[in-house]
Amino acid sequence: MPTPDVNVLDDPPQIGSRAVPPGLGRYLAIYAAFWRNSLVREMGFKINFILWIVVEMLWFGLQLTFMAVIYSHTDRIASWTKWQVVLLVGANHFVQQLFTALFMNNCVKLSENVRSGGLDFMLLMPVNARFLISLRHVDFGAFVNAASAVAVMVYAGVQLGLQPSVVQLVGAAVLLLLGLSIHYSVMYILACISFWTVRAQGIVWGYYNLFQLARLPDEAFRGMFRMIFTFVVPVLLVTNVPVKVLLEKLSSWSEMAWLGGMSVAIFWLSEAFWRWSVRHYGSASS
Amino acid sequence: MSKYWHVINIGIQSTLVYRVNFLVRALFGLVPLFALILLWRAIYEGAKGPDVGGYQLSEVITYYLMVNVVVALTAVTEDDWQIAADIRDGRISQFLLKPIDYLKYRLCLFAAGRMVYTAAALVPMGVFLWFQRDHLQAPASAGHFAAFGLALALTALLQFFISFTMALLAFWVLEVATFIFILFAFEYVAGGHLFPLDMLPPTLLKVLHLTPFPYMLYFPVRVYLGRVEGAELWQGLGIQAFWVLATLGLARWVWSRGLRHYSAVGG
Repeated sequence: MPTPDVNVLDDPPQIGSRAVPPGLGRYLAIYAAFWRNSLVREMGFKINFILWIVVEMLWFGLQLTFMAVIYSHTDRIASWTKWQVVLLVGANHFVQQLFTALFMNNCVKLSENVRSGGLDFMLLMPVNARFLISLRHVDFGAFVNAASAVAVMVYAGVQLGLQPSVVQLVGAAVLLLLGLSIHYSVMYILACISFWTVRAQGIVWGYYNLFQLARLPDEAFRGMFRMIFTFVVPVLLVTNVPVKVLLEKLSSWSEMAWLGGMSVAIFWLSEAFWRWSVRHYGSASS
Repeated sequence: MSKYWHVINIGIQSTLVYRVNFLVRALFGLVPLFALILLWRAIYEGAKGPDVGGYQLSEVITYYLMVNVVVALTAVTEDDWQIAADIRDGRISQFLLKPIDYLKYRLCLFAAGRMVYTAAALVPMGVFLWFQRDHLQAPASAGHFAAFGLALALTALLQFFISFTMALLAFWVLEVATFIFILFAFEYVAGGHLFPLDMLPPTLLKVLHLTPFPYMLYFPVRVYLGRVEGAELWQGLGIQAFWVLATLGLARWVWSRGLRHYSAVGG
């Protein structure tokens, strides 16, 4: 019997011809299907796939060039030396590329789905709608770029003579993932604005601009600017805190606590806003 | 000629729809600009003298402010995507049948789009410039300002013709976005968007000046700062005019080649 993509109600949900286990296993199986579909789609345009990797590499190179030019005229920005900043730029690129790989396209597409009424279909599926909306498309090229970012980080670490302990490495990795979750939650909130103004894509891309802040050393900023981007939209925490863990530059433990606390708080806020937004969804065109 | 005034008129009306979008974009764009200014302040505080890479703090800040003004006035934002889409979807067929020149038509729409964008960005940009007024230098003289205006107009034409030509790649390939982004990346660094180009090693700077990129942004900003004078100024404007004519010629040539290749899909 041919089955629809995801079956409804009585029968256990199936993907293709595979029976899907219940609970968390079910979600993992669905997520694996997302990866398969995305991979098939990407491989349909191989040259384009490679060209996008080239584009992202160029932008990464640009950021590094900028720092190289600055450091050809000065020794330090606040207390940050050249290779410390390279490590920071690398870490930021890593988080940004992971975000692009897993979430970016999905967040941008939400406003399209609100406009076209395609969201109706997703809301009707017997899975968590936010799961479906957030994770459906995977951008594989971005993983390649994330790997190049790791290579740059390792090189900078060698230049600095860093010998991080296992605790430091694991800590930095966990903190980077918390930072990733901050980017995702903020972007999801902004994408939800499309329930009111149809043209939310501009806002979503606008936040992408703010990503740039995360690759600058937080010490360069002070006053209102630093307060806002630490405590309200904490982009300055996202990469600075994990990199400071590696460099042993952390001024106090509270910085890590803030990053963790903010990532939980903003995720909760995004979930609340999402639920409230869906209640205002009037559907379009259907 | 009057028909092209109508195009500008229509262009203004249809881009006015996006005024809030433009405003949001201008506002978000100010945050990285402000961050960059703060970063440079931190650099100057740690520097040994008042001079970093041949620039004083006020000059660097003015440089970045003027970069953003020039970009707001001259950068191509949506036009290249639209041109590529027109070709891909076969919408240019109608222009081949009408007594209207597609390049001039797009140029009018570009001008209209920039006018609306500038109007939308005027308030946030103006407020921002006011807050930075301690460091915003006035143009060196009225003459410099006039030369800046001329260089600005040439920059806009150069930006447009290059983007137009890139978009015409849509005659041959389905997806032009990557090519446009690759060019944009080069323009971003070689045009002086990221940092003043004379902070680069002199040989590299000489090589860059053989390309059109410095004339797409860096040159008008330098003219504003009064860093180009006398014969060098006239020479620079001459080279800029040369690139404008060269890219126009290239755009016309690629267009005629493209039309031979054009199969009016979906048109």
